[in-house]
Amino acid sequence: MIKTEVRERVNPIFGQRDPDDRGYFGTFGGCFVPETLVAPVEDLAKAYFEARSDPKFKNQLGELLDRYVGRPTPIYEAKRLSQDLGGARLFLKREDLAHTGAHKINNALGQALLAARMGKGRVVAETGAGQHGVATATACALLGLKCEVYMGAEDMKRQALNVVRMRLLGATVSPVHSGSQTLKDAINEAMRDWVANVQDSYYLLGSVLGPHPYPLMVREFQSVIGAEARQQILEVSGGLPDVVVACVGGGSNALGIFDGFVKDSSVRLIGVEAGGEAISTGRHAARFAGGSVGVLQGTRSVILQDTDGNVELTHSVSAGLDYAAVGPEHAWLRELGRAEYVWVTDTEALEAFGRLARLEGIIPALESAHALAKAEAMASKMEKDEVVLVNLSGRGDKDVEIVAEEGFDDLGTGCKQGASQEESRA
Amino acid sequence: MSSRISRVFSDLRKKGELGLVTYVTAGDPNLSRSADILKTLDQAGADVLEVGVPFSDPLADGPVIQRASERALASGTTLTQTLELIKRVRAVVQAPIVVFSYANPILRIGLESFAANASEAGVDGVLVLDLPIEEAGTFRHTLVEAGIDPIFLLSPTTTDLRIRQAAELGRGFLYGISRLGVTGARSEMATGVRGMVRRIRSVTSLPIAVGFGLSHPKHLQEIGKCADAAVVGSALVELIAQQADSEDLTTVIEDFIAWLKGGKGEGMDGS
Repeated sequence: MIKTEVRERVNPIFGQRDPDDRGYFGTFGGCFVPETLVAPVEDLAKAYFEARSDPKFKNQLGELLDRYVGRPTPIYEAKRLSQDLGGARLFLKREDLAHTGAHKINNALGQALLAARMGKGRVVAETGAGQHGVATATACALLGLKCEVYMGAEDMKRQALNVVRMRLLGATVSPVHSGSQTLKDAINEAMRDWVANVQDSYYLLGSVLGPHPYPLMVREFQSVIGAEARQQILEVSGGLPDVVVACVGGGSNALGIFDGFVKDSSVRLIGVEAGGEAISTGRHAARFAGGSVGVLQGTRSVILQDTDGNVELTHSVSAGLDYAAVGPEHAWLRELGRAEYVWVTDTEALEAFGRLARLEGIIPALESAHALAKAEAMASKMEKDEVVLVNLSGRGDKDVEIVAEEGFDDLGTGCKQGASQEESRA
Repeated sequence: MSSRISRVFSDLRKKGELGLVTYVTAGDPNLSRSADILKTLDQAGADVLEVGVPFSDPLADGPVIQRASERALASGTTLTQTLELIKRVRAVVQAPIVVFSYANPILRIGLESFAANASEAGVDGVLVLDLPIEEAGTFRHTLVEAGIDPIFLLSPTTTDLRIRQAAELGRGFLYGISRLGVTGARSEMATGVRGMVRRIRSVTSLPIAVGFGLSHPKHLQEIGKCADAAVVGSALVELIAQQADSEDLTTVIEDFIAWLKGGKGEGMDGS
């Protein structure tokens, strides 16, 4: 009998792991917003809870994920890379193959559908690397919504390709010149816009950050990654993976894939933060290595801050990981001991970027290259029958100029072994 | 026990006058200038002095107060130094002093020690921009225990239920936000202020100060028809930014306050 592969639609997972009524995961989360936003955020939560239990809404989203995004994205075994490392089998969840080139579209479509359902004609969003901005501009073009994206002026320079893409898609891209001119400042500006335009505008936040219900909502829209990945890895490897690795900026691709495995206690969940030029230099974005509990942009989580409670400047070669706070649910998973968080440096990520390109013909986003660097370092020390699953959250077209500037575009045959900070595990 | 804030508002009511609440950022342009500015505002007739704590991420503020926050941080001003500033001027300033902050600097110090230090410095009230009543339980309790008035903000989007809750939990006065959006001077007054003040009035006898966007005597006259006090922030902060290096700064501030209160003076109407 000929076995025909039928692509079955796998839906996001809703309502399985809710925070408490006030949006807390343990002691993290909550809703720390200016008074004007309290009612809009409550309205949003109400609308979201209604939508996620409405079969019509779920079907609409499922259909778009299927036909428009191209889901399910495949799981691919990186055999040449695994061979080169000489350890565990390395599998990649190919979110880079989703429409627009990253996992961000899963959430952008979900929230844009919600915005339309709430009767909002205008969407505001922030973006760091530009992938969320592109995804939002795409969803807005598809649904006929006006779109304004705030982006740090520094990020607009280093991710110029995505700025052009957003404008082509009909979005207005507004530069943000305050603070470090990166993701954090773009969020401040998007929230200022929202607070002035709450009546007709929807704030489409791109990660598992901000006030309740955003951290829950974004994780649930991204949970499709983990739901698919779990089925796929069981099919292709015959069992659960030993380790799941994902990069963590705000942490939406990580929570998306973790969600599929969080109940499988045998599976180690590893989040990889941006170690920048290393923790000791102070130029990094590794919140769990150098941060403490605080309140930033609507949520209580772990943030990089000074002794007076001001938020510190961050650094990473990857704009998408260059952020001072981390999603509250990550802080909680870490406190529970369910997930571990480590960091890799700019250099290690750049090396992993080059290795994947040369050995597998895949150019990953610099964000995802952080996860790869860690996964490679772990895999090289594991047994050949063990399985490491990496969320390849996005593709790296946007990053080729940076990589060239950093001098990592022509390494010849230099496929150096990854050397992440194993000892840095928190 | 009546607080300094309550006494000021009850005097204003007896006189039938509109109160003036002024906002400046501590440490803008530096702490010693801030001390002069606060003394000048007090002598010029401000009824309540709001002192802003500079913060790296002031997401409820418009560009004018954002820049002030940046200047203050650049001059090295922290929450602790803000409290020390208040302690230094407290003896010579008549008006009640309200600390205006974002949540994180206060949480970083710790609620208990913040309340103790603020009380020792002579702070009369505390208002936290990103701490709505749902998150403010412990905060409110700790402040009240320390003899400090917790002041809550109310917005045009605040529901009647939450107005009632804020009125029960708040002390001193309630701060009504005149419009949607961030802080910043506007040439036109928001419509709908009277409706919001009426909604607040119907559930509480606490005094009501209205702010966000007020910059002109005509705004104050409008506010005077419904509220107990008007808050002027960005317009004053902008003036300080322009005159930061000038020897006339205190005179300019005196003139500005006189103009706001009585419509007297000149040169302020160019907006």
